[in-house]
Amino acid sequence: MFDAISHLFDPGQALGLLAYAPPGWGGNLLAGLGRSIEIAVGAYAVGLTIGIFGAFGKIYGGEVTRDIFGIYTTVVRAVPELVEILILYYLVPQVVNSILLSFGYDRVSLPQMPVGILVLGVVLGAYMTEVLRGSILAVPQGQIEAARAYGMPPLLLARRIIFPQMMANAIPGMANLWLNATKDTALLAVIGFNELTLTTMQGAATTKNYFVFFIAAGLMYLVISIVSGRFFARIERWARRGQPLVRGGGI
Amino acid sequence: MSNAATQTASSASRSDAIVIDNLHKSFGPLEVLKGVSLKAREGDVVAIIGGSGSGKSTMLRCINFLETPTSGKIVIAGEEIVLRDDGTPASRKQIEHARRQLGMVFQSFNLWSHKTVLENLIEVPIHVLGVPKADAIARAEKLLARVGLAEKAHVYPAFMSGGQQQRAAIARALAIEPRAMLFDEPTSALDPELVGEVLNVIRGLADEGRTMILVTHEMKFAREVSSHVIYLHNGVIEEEGPPEQLFGDPKSERLKQFLKSVA
Repeated sequence: MFDAISHLFDPGQALGLLAYAPPGWGGNLLAGLGRSIEIAVGAYAVGLTIGIFGAFGKIYGGEVTRDIFGIYTTVVRAVPELVEILILYYLVPQVVNSILLSFGYDRVSLPQMPVGILVLGVVLGAYMTEVLRGSILAVPQGQIEAARAYGMPPLLLARRIIFPQMMANAIPGMANLWLNATKDTALLAVIGFNELTLTTMQGAATTKNYFVFFIAAGLMYLVISIVSGRFFARIERWARRGQPLVRGGGI
Repeated sequence: MSNAATQTASSASRSDAIVIDNLHKSFGPLEVLKGVSLKAREGDVVAIIGGSGSGKSTMLRCINFLETPTSGKIVIAGEEIVLRDDGTPASRKQIEHARRQLGMVFQSFNLWSHKTVLENLIEVPIHVLGVPKADAIARAEKLLARVGLAEKAHVYPAFMSGGQQQRAAIARALAIEPRAMLFDEPTSALDPELVGEVLNVIRGLADEGRTMILVTHEMKFAREVSSHVIYLHNGVIEEEGPPEQLFGDPKSERLKQFLKSVA
């Protein structure tokens, strides 16, 4: 059994394969990791923006607004993300191009990165809408009423009272979505985007050292998760200022 | 007699702070207020008493439109709130303007939990009323000292007792320099031993001649501080008058029963 594992993993050989400079693949893997993070950050920003409008729109919006966001969150969350990525990836450029052509411009080929960010962001936005909506609903009604009672206009009320309070409720869900975003970047491998997973597969296939490459990629995803976990813990401490710690009394 | 005459003369010269005329309010098919009226001149302390479900909180909450009346007339500081036919206010701006003159105090305090006590007090003055920050802070510190919370300025509400939170909430309402204060059962959520400290603050406000409308279950206190008492029953003003008369010599059978039940 140990033989079997040592056959899979030889430390000396692994270090050679993962060296930064060619013929090692370390540089390629890090570049893939960088692109994965770039996509995740971009998609998260898009998703957060959609989510803020979606959550407030679903709660405070008129009938049409509520319906639009209702359909959006239902459809996007119902269809597997992989399928959505494939649909949107082939759909977005077609729509853009048909618009361009109808105005008499030439067809363009869209760069992968913005399309990938947009596609993942739209998917993420649906989940973000629901996370933020729940956290808005959890803001005590009395505190909103107090602000209204002193004549605070709606936008100021949203910014000064609701938003800071909902953040405390939203951070755990938002941290989940961030980790989902980092991992969903791997789905972009299917459309040939050179992020961490696709680079790993290329390295593994080229060198036939699948074990080393996939363990290395797994560790990189783990590092992202640990670092961002600390980051979110800090934000959460800040967002929960003024609230006593909720801890079971040693139970 | 001569005393009463001077009182009438002085009250006639004071302007109306809050006037409610023939106010109706329904929640669906349930009519909670069936045409109630109230007039509070500057310096009046009007106590609204009544059993649970009598509509007293709803009446108070209609004054600053936390509840939308079904019909009726409401005048705040001489300005009549323009209502549509269904009773909803025609202009949000006008409602906001009226609300800024009314310092509301809630049963459950409703301090903003993400802000320290001081931040709670300066929030509306700075961001809504446009008071310069330094002035707002100076005024807030004065108010906190007045309600006995000077050393709690930088504490978050969750770390204070109910009585302290309610005193802070009263200071927050005073910080907007309102024309009138509205109290919605300010001591009902408090432990019995904390009621006194809050009533003392309210008593101090009454003594300095602030206009107040007070929904309360504290009959002794209502009798002591108010200039006018309204007894509500099932959405109708069953009896009203000066406190000595209402508590000392109630006319209506229901009020007699009510006073006996809460004694």
